[in-house]
Amino acid sequence: MNIPLSEVLGALGRWLSGSELSGDDHVVLMLRLPRVLLAMLVGAALACSGAAMQGLFRNPLADPGLIGVSAGAALGAVTMIVLGGAFTGVMSELAGSFGIAGAAFAGGLAATALVYMLGRRRPGIGALLLAGVAISAIAMAGVGLLTFLASENQLRDLTFWSLGSLGGASWQRLAVISLPMLLALLLLPRSAAALNALLLGEQEACLLGFRPERLKPLLVTLVALSVSAAVATTGVIGFVGLVVPHLLRMLWGSDHRMLLPGSILGGAVLLTAADTFSRTVVAPAELPIGVLTALLGGPFFLWLLLRARIGEVQS
Amino acid sequence: MNVALDWRVQNQPTGLLIADDVHLSRGGRRVLQEVSLTARPGRLLVLVGPNGAGKSSLLGVLAGLLAPSLGRASLDDLPLSQWSLPALARRRAMLSQHVQLGFAFRVDEVVMLGRSPHATGGASAKDGSVVDAALRAAQAWHLRERNYLELSGGERQRVQLARVLAQVWERSDGPAWLLLDEPEAGLDIAHQHFVLQQARKMAQQGYGVIAVLHDLNLAARYADEVALLAQGRLLRHGSPSHALDPQVLSAVYGLPLRRVPLDDGGWMLGPV
Repeated sequence: MNIPLSEVLGALGRWLSGSELSGDDHVVLMLRLPRVLLAMLVGAALACSGAAMQGLFRNPLADPGLIGVSAGAALGAVTMIVLGGAFTGVMSELAGSFGIAGAAFAGGLAATALVYMLGRRRPGIGALLLAGVAISAIAMAGVGLLTFLASENQLRDLTFWSLGSLGGASWQRLAVISLPMLLALLLLPRSAAALNALLLGEQEACLLGFRPERLKPLLVTLVALSVSAAVATTGVIGFVGLVVPHLLRMLWGSDHRMLLPGSILGGAVLLTAADTFSRTVVAPAELPIGVLTALLGGPFFLWLLLRARIGEVQS
Repeated sequence: MNVALDWRVQNQPTGLLIADDVHLSRGGRRVLQEVSLTARPGRLLVLVGPNGAGKSSLLGVLAGLLAPSLGRASLDDLPLSQWSLPALARRRAMLSQHVQLGFAFRVDEVVMLGRSPHATGGASAKDGSVVDAALRAAQAWHLRERNYLELSGGERQRVQLARVLAQVWERSDGPAWLLLDEPEAGLDIAHQHFVLQQARKMAQQGYGVIAVLHDLNLAARYADEVALLAQGRLLRHGSPSHALDPQVLSAVYGLPLRRVPLDDGGWMLGPV
């Protein structure tokens, strides 16, 4: 449905002034506006979390999923979709998408907590990385097993969820997820100076007056909160956390004081644009946004990889 | 904070960096035993000793990175464990052996990281002029706009030296310390001598400088004081001619060494 800009502005004006709303106004205010805000929020959270994880792991190819949060959230959601019926026969109020989102959020946080506890048993960041890989693999095995057990209806829900979509946007959802996400978006950029120092190594960060052992749990917590909330609301939307910080590093360099706020902005813009494209390119159907970002992000990632390889050969 | 300030007003900071009966165990191994050493600002102290003697560990203790298992390390008579990390970072900087940096940064941005313990955190014009001065002092000024990742090992070493110098450039609240862990590693002979000359110049300007060196002849030539370590113990500490005694060194390194007189009245150490 095509609504001209003047109508959109008119709808916003009528809404703010409390005038009576037309049918188009409801589409703008109840469907489109929350969807755009959700895209901005989720894009910003994913990109900023990605930039923070890349700094923490001192690896420009790190992804927020490295600490187990995406796989944990997926396991939570799939568990609710497949086994949820068993409990929700009793509490059918919870059975809807809020139940799935809640389970995904809890799953993301739980997996990250497990990764962090396992990873801190050894010094350095490597143990955290290995624990993240292991826990993600186990969680994905659980997803596989549940997929195998799922009925046909459940399989359809499950597939739809795993493709990612911003279609479930509503004001209630926005209100629920904006708390953890805004917390992360406000606090992550404050660690920019410490992340810059950490790029030299943990010892150098200590020598410059920072405490990496305090930075690690703070960043992991904020990333787990915001990415769990994102995955819980929209499913898995890949590559935003990887591509946006990368593009910004090419433009502005690696200074986190620019990179973190820049990623918030860039992520918001990119995901809003991608969602608009996915809604319109095969209208009236919608291309799943997770498919679109992977379709664009995958080749970009490969290009980065090949470019790095060529650079190594040349130098 | 106010307590510390009052304390400052009443007592001029001594600037002494002291290891007092330091013991250190790492992974069940005793790497330092009964090490007591007083380092003074304005002097270049060089730590020498065979591989595994505990030189880098002692430097780590004096930097406040490693907490002694027994004994204590202190600056201005305050144990390093009681310093706030940013305050300590403004008073001592350390050049480590292995600095990892896998992200594309411009050289002047890398040096600016040295300003992060300061209130302005690299945002002020003063920070910019300190970075410039530190780059010049480390003979890395011409590299300032290059990508750090594209530099050679020796160039990176000089950029890291500039970063470390920028960290303690102004010495506002007491004599500052430069701790250098094998600063000559990976450098050609001209730059090796340059780095040691620079270290001595900083000492003459009032910095305390402690360097771990493997090259005994660089130590003999530039050090004001030498401390000889072996198997985690401090064997000798004093002038280069006292600490670098050929008989003691021969026993410590397991290689017979002798002094070879030089034309200018100095001497070099070489195998018998």
